[in-house]
This record gives sequence, C-alpha cells and structure tokens, in this order.
Amino acid sequence: MPLRRWLNEATPLPGAPRARALTVDADAWREAARAVAAAGGRSITLWAAGGGRTLRAAFATGPGVLVLSLPLAAGAETYPGIEDLFPCANRLQRAVADLSGPRSTDTDTRPWLRHAAWPADYHPLVAQGGPAAADGTAVEVYPFVRVEGEGVHEIPVGPVHAGVIEPGHFRFSVVGEKILRLEERLGYAHKGIERRFQSMALLDGHRLAARVSGDSAVAYSWAYCQALEGMAGTEVPPRAVWLRALGLELERMANHLGDLGALGNDAGFAFGLAQFSRLKEQLLRATEHALGQRYLFDFVVPGGVGVDPAPEALRALGACAEDIQREVVRLREIYDEHAGVRDRFNGAGTVLPELAARLGLTGLAGRASGQAFDLRCDLPCEPYTELRPRMVVRGEGDVAARVAVRFDEFVESCRLLGEILAHLPDGPVRVSVETPAEGAFGIGLVEGWRGPVFVALEAGAAGAIGRCHPHDPSWQNWPVLEHAAIGNIVPDFPLINKSFNLAYSGHDL
Amino acid sequence: MWKTLRQIQRIGIATEPPPSPDDALRVREELQAGIREVMGRALCIRHIDAGSCNGCELEIHALHNPIYNLEGLGIRFVASPRHADLLLVTGPVSAHMEVALRRVYDATPDPKLVVALGDCGCTGGVFGESYACRGRVSNIIPVDVAVPGCPPAPNSILTAILTAITASKRAP
Repeated sequence: MPLRRWLNEATPLPGAPRARALTVDADAWREAARAVAAAGGRSITLWAAGGGRTLRAAFATGPGVLVLSLPLAAGAETYPGIEDLFPCANRLQRAVADLSGPRSTDTDTRPWLRHAAWPADYHPLVAQGGPAAADGTAVEVYPFVRVEGEGVHEIPVGPVHAGVIEPGHFRFSVVGEKILRLEERLGYAHKGIERRFQSMALLDGHRLAARVSGDSAVAYSWAYCQALEGMAGTEVPPRAVWLRALGLELERMANHLGDLGALGNDAGFAFGLAQFSRLKEQLLRATEHALGQRYLFDFVVPGGVGVDPAPEALRALGACAEDIQREVVRLREIYDEHAGVRDRFNGAGTVLPELAARLGLTGLAGRASGQAFDLRCDLPCEPYTELRPRMVVRGEGDVAARVAVRFDEFVESCRLLGEILAHLPDGPVRVSVETPAEGAFGIGLVEGWRGPVFVALEAGAAGAIGRCHPHDPSWQNWPVLEHAAIGNIVPDFPLINKSFNLAYSGHDL
Repeated sequence: MWKTLRQIQRIGIATEPPPSPDDALRVREELQAGIREVMGRALCIRHIDAGSCNGCELEIHALHNPIYNLEGLGIRFVASPRHADLLLVTGPVSAHMEVALRRVYDATPDPKLVVALGDCGCTGGVFGESYACRGRVSNIIPVDVAVPGCPPAPNSILTAILTAITASKRAP
C-alpha cells in the first residue's frame, strides 16, 4: 500500500502542521514503515507510551508527519523492529527496552541508555517507585565490538573529556593514527527527564523541555508548547509567534557563531575562536537587552512568549546582527583563504549523500551531505509560512561543507531576523491556555539549529503530563559520526566531532 | 595573511577595562590578586559535566572569549584532574556519572576546591532526584562554593571562583 493511502487512513493530530496519526497492528506497523521508506520519508523517532504497552513511531514524509501507534497484544513482550528500514531505530528500540520494557525483534539486545545504575528488570517509565537495588557504584562492562588484527589497539576516551564537553565515551580501534572503527557509548547524562515530565503539570512542562538540551532551549520549549497549544486548541497571538521565530533564529545564530569559532580553533587557528566568540558575546548581550536572557530558557511559554521587547531594544538587536553579519562575511574570507584551515577542513570526516540518505543523517549535518530537508521549508509552521527561508544545501559532506552550511545559514538567519523585525505584528504576546482533557495527544516539531526537534505530549489526569517524549536530532546523527570517523586520523576526530556538534544531554534524556 | 592581521588590528583589544568600583569587573581585579596571593601561579581548573543540559557549558565557554579573557586573569582550564587546583562541576549528578565524578575528585591532588555551578549543581534544579539522578553535587562530593543561575552569567562564575579562592585563603 503506498504512503498516500496510509496517510489517508490516518486522522489529524494536534500540534505540528500536517501531522496525522494512525493505529496499526504488528504487520501494518512494518508495512507502513516500509511505505514511508519507499517514498523517501525519514524516521523522526520511536518511543513507548501507555505504560509501555503502545509503541509509537513518527515519520517525516513529503505530505506531512505520520505517527503510527502499535498497541501490544496482551502478553506480547516483543514488537517488529524497523532498524533494517531506518538504521537509527536500533538505538531508539534499545532505549525503549531500557526505559519501558518491550523489546524489538532486532538481534542487538545490548542496553543503550541503561548502565549499571538500575537493574534490567526495572523499567523507569512504567514502574511506580524506584529500583529495588540501585547501585551507583557498580561499573559495568559494555560489550564493544572488538576489531582484531595485527597492530590494532583501542583508545578509550571519556566519559570525562579533556575539554569543556558533555560526558560520553568513545572507543577507537586504530592502527597507528588511522581510525578503523569508532563505537560510541552514550547515556552518561541520562537523568530521567521523561519520568520527570510525568510528575509535572502540563502547563509547567515547557520549563523542563527547554532544559533537555540547553543549546536548543527555544526549539524544545517551542515544540513542547506547539503540542500543548494544539491539544488545548489555543490560538497563539501573531506577535508571539513571530517573536518565537526571532528567538529560534537568535539561538541558531549564537550556536553557529560558537561552532565556527571552535572549528577554527580545532583546526589550529585560534584567531577564529577569538573573533567568533567575541561576536557571539555581542549577540548574547543584545539578546539579553531585548529579551531579558542571554540564553532563552524561559522565553517560550504556553500561549505565547514571556516578554514583550521594547522597540528600542529590538532596533539595537537588528543593528547588532547587521554589524555581526558584516564581520562574519569578512571572517569567512579569511577562513577560505587560510591554507592551514582549508587543509584541515577539506575532506575530513566525509559522509557522502548516498550514505547520509541510507543512515538518515538529518538537520544541519544532513544538509551538508545533500539531504535537502529543513522543517522551516518542508513543513513550516507560522511564521515560516510567510518568512519563506532559503534552504542551504551542500553535497561534499565533509567538515568544510558543515562549516559552509553554518556560514550560509547564519547569513540567512540574519536576513530572517531583519524580516521579523520589519514585519513584527502588534498585539498581545501571550494568551491563557486551557488545560487539555485527559488522553489528549499532540506533537510539536521545530527545526532547531542542529535539526528537527520533536516533542510528543499526552495529557494525564487533572492537568498532569501523562507522557512526554522529547527527541533530539542527535539520535539520528550520532551513529553517522561513527562512519564519518572511519579512515581519518585520531587527531582529526575532535574537529570532525565538533563539525557535527551533537547533543549528549538531548540524546541521553 | 594581511586580512587576518588587519582584522586583529581593526578589532584591537576587546577585553573590557574595569570601569567602576562596584562593577563586576572589580571582582576580576580582586580575582587576579587573590589568585596571585594564594596560588603564586595560574589557577588550574578542571571542568566536569556531571549531567548538565549543556547550558552552563555555554557560559564556561563564554569565559574564554576575549571580552572576559579568563586566561588573562591567570586562570587556566586543564585536561586532567591531576593538574587541577579547582573542580568546576556542572549539572545535577546523573547516576551514570556518579562513579566518574568520585574518581575525578579522588584523582585531584589536595588541597582542592570544588565549585558547583548552576541551579542544578546547587539543588538538582528542575531535574531533582530520581532513579537516574542524584541531585546536587554536594550529595556526592564535598563542595566549597555553589553558584546559582540557569545558567549563571560569566561574571557570576568568576565571582564564585574568587569566593572559593578567598575562602581557602582564610582556612588554616
């Protein structure tokens, strides 16, 4: 059955634009996923709800978002995996087994988010209390895939890294300097976010959503509020919607500036870090002046935004962005002409478009590898329907391409910022939100700076959150980083890793 | 190359001068004097993310920009706890980082200082305590100074470092 017919059978889902939901049985679950894959659709995420008895999977397709629900039959402990169709499902399915219990048919049954801190038979998203035998001091042995052969040795790195970085473990198998294989072990930053949501009120959850991954606070809190407001039937005032886009683009610009500096530094060009970090600080200060915070953790709130910026501060913000853009254009010339930087950037950590498509590389890194997807263009919510962003795509798939995408997206975000400031509607910036009834279900989907940020929200009793599943695009991109590292030398890994700049906290939950 | 040099010349020194006595920059002067007096050399800091959302990391990175110019104040981030005088810990402590955090603490030579950074480091923040989360940093290792904020601004982080240094100066 082609994708169009699956979508026709599905019913509209509140929240994100053009989202539809369909309940299926185990056979149709695989069949629908296959139809999505055949139509060039992408997997967004996979999670368990309903006390771990209903599997859900979200897909982005040309015509819209499709959310499949698979209720498990009584007594059934397994469900058909889709990792053969969408490789990123491997880790998602392992995480479902760790947190909710049901196992997929995938033969890789290693734990993913669970380390030794709680026992295998304890499922935190289903259990009522805490684990019986929590032992934080136990150290487990994780079965990494071993590479055999003469001269092969392993380099373990992390979870505490040498720089100011989030925790995670990398296991390199190398011969001399050359990386034969990289395997990641994540989950160190797992702090029970999904369970925490279940103890919060629906109208309060945006605060936790903003802190799923701090560098994407606007994207997460917007996605959360989009789901909530869709469920509640809230009409968000136009001025608030445009201000949310202002916040999202500022977040994109700040992160791109930070990364461009750090990438120069990792290529041995400290000048770049000094220059770009100075520009980022200017932007953060202008953001604080206009919106009250350097990082917009509490900017997007249910029903609108938390502050109504003064016209003078918005003008200053616009002028600041223009100044920074002029500098960025100048610095780009310097990066482009610097032989040492060029040598380090070009050809490092290459992911060709074919591999990117097969593994489902998404977001910024995907667009650097020919994956022309950007929710702001493909499935735009307001005000992107009017702003019409230009999508930035490159085909080389190396560090240089990911740098180039950042440069181009920065300039495009500056243009959008100018448009937003020029056409910002008047009116209120916040309306009250009715508490959705128990059982209501909605999703939010926003293109953060790193890629698509997804939130699935289900209402519980008496205004509480029944289930909330946030999903970071890093889930899709971490496995691709393992491929990007192959054949490169170990000293290039920090540069390659930085060029993806994936979230640990956003992934580990 | 000339473009690079011209840019450096054009921008000049971005580091902020100390403008008035009660400004946060005054803290920076005291900080430098405090470090010189107590350490007699650069203060070496080892950062550990014990499970943060990465918001605090963004502000630690900001300390390195030319405007705050952390290294100019005699503060250095080091790659190993063996080289560190002070541990700067972010995040609530996730259960999965508990062992690593204890090991880092044990690997840091005495006398050592610990600064817990951000609302999460101070209280567990929005994440609290759960099956996967041990909450505040002081639940796991001794903490000298805790600086609130979500995330704390760069100057607050500098103030916290100063506070830790001066507290250690008073200690016998």
